[in-house]
Amino acid sequence: MPSNQTRSAPLLEVCDVSVRLSGRDLLKEISFNLNPGEFAGLIGSNGAGKTTIFRVVLGFLQPTSGEVRVNGERRSRRNALIGYVPQKIAFDPDLPLRARDVVGLGIEGAHVGFARLQKRERANIVDAMLEAVEAQHFADTRIGRLSGGEQQRILIAHALAANPKILILDEPFANLDIASEQGVIEVLHRIVKDQRIGVLLSTHDMNPLLSVMDRVVYLAGGRSASGSVEEIVRPEVLTRLYGHHVDVVRIHDRVIVVAGANPGAATPVPLHEHSGTGEKSVLDH
Amino acid sequence: MNIRAQVKKVSWIIEPGFFSNSSVTTALVIGGVVAISSAVTGLFTVLGRQAFAGEALGDVGAVGGSGAYLVNINPLWGFLTVAIGSAGIIGALGSRRSSDRDVSTGIVLSGALGVAALFLYLDATHAHVSGTSMTVLFGSLFVISNTLVWVVIGFSAAVLVLMMLFFQMLLLVSLNIELAQVRGIPVRLLSVGYLVAVGVCVALSALSVGAVLSTALLIGPPASALRISKSPRGAAFLSACIGVFSVWLGILLSYDSASWPPLGHGWPVSSLIVAIIFVVYLATGLGQRRRNIRYNSARIGVLSESVR
Repeated sequence: MPSNQTRSAPLLEVCDVSVRLSGRDLLKEISFNLNPGEFAGLIGSNGAGKTTIFRVVLGFLQPTSGEVRVNGERRSRRNALIGYVPQKIAFDPDLPLRARDVVGLGIEGAHVGFARLQKRERANIVDAMLEAVEAQHFADTRIGRLSGGEQQRILIAHALAANPKILILDEPFANLDIASEQGVIEVLHRIVKDQRIGVLLSTHDMNPLLSVMDRVVYLAGGRSASGSVEEIVRPEVLTRLYGHHVDVVRIHDRVIVVAGANPGAATPVPLHEHSGTGEKSVLDH
Repeated sequence: MNIRAQVKKVSWIIEPGFFSNSSVTTALVIGGVVAISSAVTGLFTVLGRQAFAGEALGDVGAVGGSGAYLVNINPLWGFLTVAIGSAGIIGALGSRRSSDRDVSTGIVLSGALGVAALFLYLDATHAHVSGTSMTVLFGSLFVISNTLVWVVIGFSAAVLVLMMLFFQMLLLVSLNIELAQVRGIPVRLLSVGYLVAVGVCVALSALSVGAVLSTALLIGPPASALRISKSPRGAAFLSACIGVFSVWLGILLSYDSASWPPLGHGWPVSSLIVAIIFVVYLATGLGQRRRNIRYNSARIGVLSESVR
């Protein structure tokens, strides 16, 4: 289990976070850690609470109970340690911002005043970021004219430019074709290993991530289970999480989670269509 | 001989007495300064697709301009008070959906223009000031009092410095609000502050080209610049150049036009400035189209290559 080696200093600790909004429990005692050099996938179907967790971690939403610690400290409203890539942005094709400029805004976008860095110094950082996401060849194209996968990589470079310890990506693969998806995963994997930052990425399909993911945070019915893929993606664990019987089928290195035959569900149905109602929560191992 | 020929040539373009006329030099200074601050500020109005809000701020300013005559103060103070005040109000309505905001802006705008109509009527009937309608709505670049020059320069410079200081932040907000929020930028506060800056700009331009045409200086130059520039800083610079060019050429032509047929007594400077801005916008559109064709054909080239 990866978290054992680096237990001394987790980058991100989400401890028993619950969120209750207008009488509905969106999150119930969510707990997981993220360590340096760890690639974590936040897996769950639509409405499982992935975006809500991000909003809490980013400080846009105050949890009803529980707390979030970043680098050992309770997070404050603004946290330069966290880089964030939002879900699908529609860029205006006429915005006169080249991919390079968007990365540059990552360095000083939040600063008041004239450029603080020397032009050369700034260009060096931008070039390094562009190289990290393998985007040199479209660096001078307007951001609105890049493909979804290219934009995703530029946004990753934008977030990395501020030198974060944690990179959070909300559904980065929505609207991406398989080749671009694979490209983005490889880029992220290398960044995690090279720079020892922690990546937390939400998606509803864990299969593309199986070979790179150090940790899975599985979300269902507002509760979570976290650990390695082997520990979590097992029928017993997911059955407890969902609150009804679940089978895990492995075919050709792919994992498919299906609802098992139990009263009320005659035929196996993909679990994305379900939401759990049980009471037992599975906490961080 | 040669020099005399050149002088003759120049004086055909620049009528004699152009630079020695004090109202012309005042117009050149004020028009130029206001053009720069409007053109740079307007960049983010165009990027944020807020042209309607900008237009509304300018038009609403007419209430202040016309009201100022009733209480016998300089129209500039009227324009400024009303434009800044309504910028605050529009900003406070803020975070609502933009479609809702368009409707409420539209309603406030028509209400304000109704009040402006009343004030202009009262100006004519009670205050006995002649020509206020033309001055308030379409400007009076050639009859700006000298005492105002420094006030206008001061406000313009302040706006310009603020724009430069917050350039990166405003750019990040235009790119994506969520990205800006994550960086800890107070987006709400910034946009209210920005609208106030727009209010100042339209108030200053209202003095020169009038309340109705002030949007032209705010939107026209940046819209043209954005069509052909590659970088945001380049767009800001080009926008300022286009603004100054349009205003100065307008002043020059208006001065020259005293001898033009068929009026025989000078063309209104505001109309000329707006006409020039419009022509520049059309011309940059042609440049943009050529570049689009190049971009598209490059894309098609890539596609056909990968098919092969």
